[in-house]
Amino acid sequence: MIGNLDIAILQQLWWLIASVVGSLFLMLTFVQGGQTLIFTTAKNEEEKSLIINAMGRKWELTFTTLVLFGGALFAAFPLFYATSFGGAYWVWMLILFTFVMQAVSYEYRKKPNNVLGARTYEIFMFVNGSVGILLIGAAVGTFFTGSRFTLNLYNQVTWATPFHGLEAALNVFNLAFGLFLVFLARTLGAMYLVSHVDHEALVRQARKATLINLLWALPFLLAILYGLVTMDGFAVDPATGKVTLEQGKYLHNLLGMPAVLALLLAGLVSVIYGVVATSFLGKKCGIWFGGLGTVLVGLAIFSLAGYGNTAFYPSLTDLQSSLTIYNASSSKFTLTVMSYVAIGVPFVLAYVAYVWRVMDSKQLSLAELAGEDSKKMY
Amino acid sequence: MGNDLLATVNWSRAQFALTAMYHWIFVPLTLGLSFLIAFFESIYVKTGDESWKKLTKFWMTLFGINFAIGVATGIIMEFQFGTNWSNYSWMVGDIFGAPLAVEGIFAFFLEATFFAVMFFGWQRASKGFHLFSTWMVAIGSNLSAVWILVANAWMQTPTAMAFNPDKARFEMQNFADIALSPNAVHKFTHTTSSAFLLASLFVMGISGLFLLQKRHQLMAQRSMVVAATLGLVASVFVAFNGDESAFHIAHRQPMKLAAMEGLYTGQEKAPVVAMGLINLAKKPGDDLPAFHQEIKIPGVLSLLANRDLNSYVPGINDLVYGNPQRAIVGAQQRMISGKIAVAELSRYKEAKKSGDTAGAAAALALFNQNKDDLGYGYLSTPEQAAPPVALTFYAFHIMIALGTLFPIIFLAVLYFAFKGTLDSQRWLWWVCFAGLFLGYVASQAGWVVAEGGRQPWAIQGLLPVGVASTNIAAGSVQATFFIFLALFTALLVAEIGIMVKQIKIGPEA
Repeated sequence: MIGNLDIAILQQLWWLIASVVGSLFLMLTFVQGGQTLIFTTAKNEEEKSLIINAMGRKWELTFTTLVLFGGALFAAFPLFYATSFGGAYWVWMLILFTFVMQAVSYEYRKKPNNVLGARTYEIFMFVNGSVGILLIGAAVGTFFTGSRFTLNLYNQVTWATPFHGLEAALNVFNLAFGLFLVFLARTLGAMYLVSHVDHEALVRQARKATLINLLWALPFLLAILYGLVTMDGFAVDPATGKVTLEQGKYLHNLLGMPAVLALLLAGLVSVIYGVVATSFLGKKCGIWFGGLGTVLVGLAIFSLAGYGNTAFYPSLTDLQSSLTIYNASSSKFTLTVMSYVAIGVPFVLAYVAYVWRVMDSKQLSLAELAGEDSKKMY
Repeated sequence: MGNDLLATVNWSRAQFALTAMYHWIFVPLTLGLSFLIAFFESIYVKTGDESWKKLTKFWMTLFGINFAIGVATGIIMEFQFGTNWSNYSWMVGDIFGAPLAVEGIFAFFLEATFFAVMFFGWQRASKGFHLFSTWMVAIGSNLSAVWILVANAWMQTPTAMAFNPDKARFEMQNFADIALSPNAVHKFTHTTSSAFLLASLFVMGISGLFLLQKRHQLMAQRSMVVAATLGLVASVFVAFNGDESAFHIAHRQPMKLAAMEGLYTGQEKAPVVAMGLINLAKKPGDDLPAFHQEIKIPGVLSLLANRDLNSYVPGINDLVYGNPQRAIVGAQQRMISGKIAVAELSRYKEAKKSGDTAGAAAALALFNQNKDDLGYGYLSTPEQAAPPVALTFYAFHIMIALGTLFPIIFLAVLYFAFKGTLDSQRWLWWVCFAGLFLGYVASQAGWVVAEGGRQPWAIQGLLPVGVASTNIAAGSVQATFFIFLALFTALLVAEIGIMVKQIKIGPEA
């Protein structure tokens, strides 16, 4: 059945699947955002513990989604995996280091005799939520601003700068993208606290933090939007596969694909409504709108980069080395097999949702942290 | 190969070995202990006995501490294929990526989702759903082992793929053949059963310590009996599929088998070396003895390799230089056709680029004739086809010796438990405590055999490690190597510190 589809359809389908996973990851970075709130929004040790325990019940899902994002890209777009991870070596390595630090921090922070001290693990969390997310944003930014690499006849990558990916963080657009994601994650993290924690003072502070972080995110968002509609883009000729620079390419993509424009606008409105509902209307459900909106914005961004005859991983050094969803993908056979595998995804989402319902039926309170299992808490 | 490329490759290998070995300190305990905890909790739910709940929670605490650092050291393993083995990732990504994605979808999410219930759901979920979640974590973690081992097995015995010269990569032809290849099945059963064995030794080791200290004696004895039972069953499996695995290696990776036994000259009635001191100066093709001292048991290697005591087993020299009497084509000869394949592939690419259709077709025809030896075309001397013999030999023998010792320990524990005198066997508690550390040694040694013994290949016969790595300055890889070394070591120290403290605290009232 799936095997009868044209390979181009499968490539587009897999770009969509990868975009969904990537966008879900962006939504789940509320965990990273929450981690950066421990030094500002929490006013004492108890509030800090509440934040960490609230995030601590979800952090593995964010982490796993990132791993799945990597796995899906490897399976569906191996040339991207080989080119970007191997070429932009340092930016990915630094991102990974921050996630290594995060993975132990929840479990070890409060455990006696943890050698490095609670403060160190808190700093690990903060670094993961700030530097880690900033660099992920910078890496995603290169989908639009391009990187300096060439591919030889064997599709082996040579990176043209000795910085191996660090140069991405020096580009204004990429930097704005990274900072936007950091403040968006903080906004989401604060909204998550409002809905999941039973503690009057902390919730009050989180409502305030929701608004403040959105305000911080706004200038970077505007910079990204301005950049997107004005910058030159990397257009692919569908007949020959030749890549050329096109003025206003992403603006053309937005106008040419109204569904993407609609996703972007609906997503932004949804996030802003979430913040308004949390900060001004006293509601707890803001995170739902914020999370959904983030997914929609993510889908719009990935669609802009990959669809509409666009090179999603452009090369500045050699335009013809640029990666498109057509030249970077797996074989038709592999994409077909993986499509059957992907039928399992809704099932996974269903049990994740069920478990969340069971675990989130009651808000987290100080009483629970001090209860029977107090020594097992994060 | 230029010096800088060689340095890049070797630092990349060192980094992979470092991160994999660190990761493997924690994974087997996760795989095995998750099931032991599921057993403990099942007994609690069935009997309603609160002391079993306390016991469950104690082991769960140790599980959590170990799990976190397992996750931390694991994330790099997935991305490292791209960062450090970029050419590899492109050349075989069409095949290798799929199991990793499947692992993410079907295994990691099970673990990640139900982990929170297992640790924080005692008050939030029903008793039944909590137990279900504990089982799901155990199943999820073991499922994740399935897929990464399928991928590893494919690297060792590549199958069900075809080379696409236009893309310069291998492409998948049949997913089921990859997922269910005999090597994948052996790898999975051998690795997971060895993980159950290690977890059993872990539980028995700490229980032994409690008995020595006269603390938590009832809990310790109960834990010991459940663990020894699982350990004994696991030992039988480990031995059985270890034997299957050796049989398979003899046919698909004969060089690895020869290195495992330090066998340079092939022979009938080939012996295994029960104990031996390797001659480090020995190289393929020279006349030096392979061992300074050795005790051999004739015929056993032939039996292991071919199920026949009198059969012929090829040695390293036969596989390097060939042996016409035995119809063995050596690396030396395969290099000749491999170099033709490499050259014709290049000619094909150039001809395609310049639009020379006839030239491209001619080059492709020659390439196809020689493509099975493609990997050998990248070697510069036939001796490079041999793995490090001493490392493979010693690792294999350490693994076998310990694998023989462990079931004796499990049997002893069960024997005294059955007699009702486990509480007075002080010597056995010491043995159990020592077994904890030996389990880790055996487990690491197993992977050293598997990965060291297949050098120089990233993909057996098709892609040597020297061609698989990323084109990046050696200094960058060297830097990340040392960052990983420092970071993982710091985290390991912290992990041990926390673990020891929790063991001191013991199951709380």
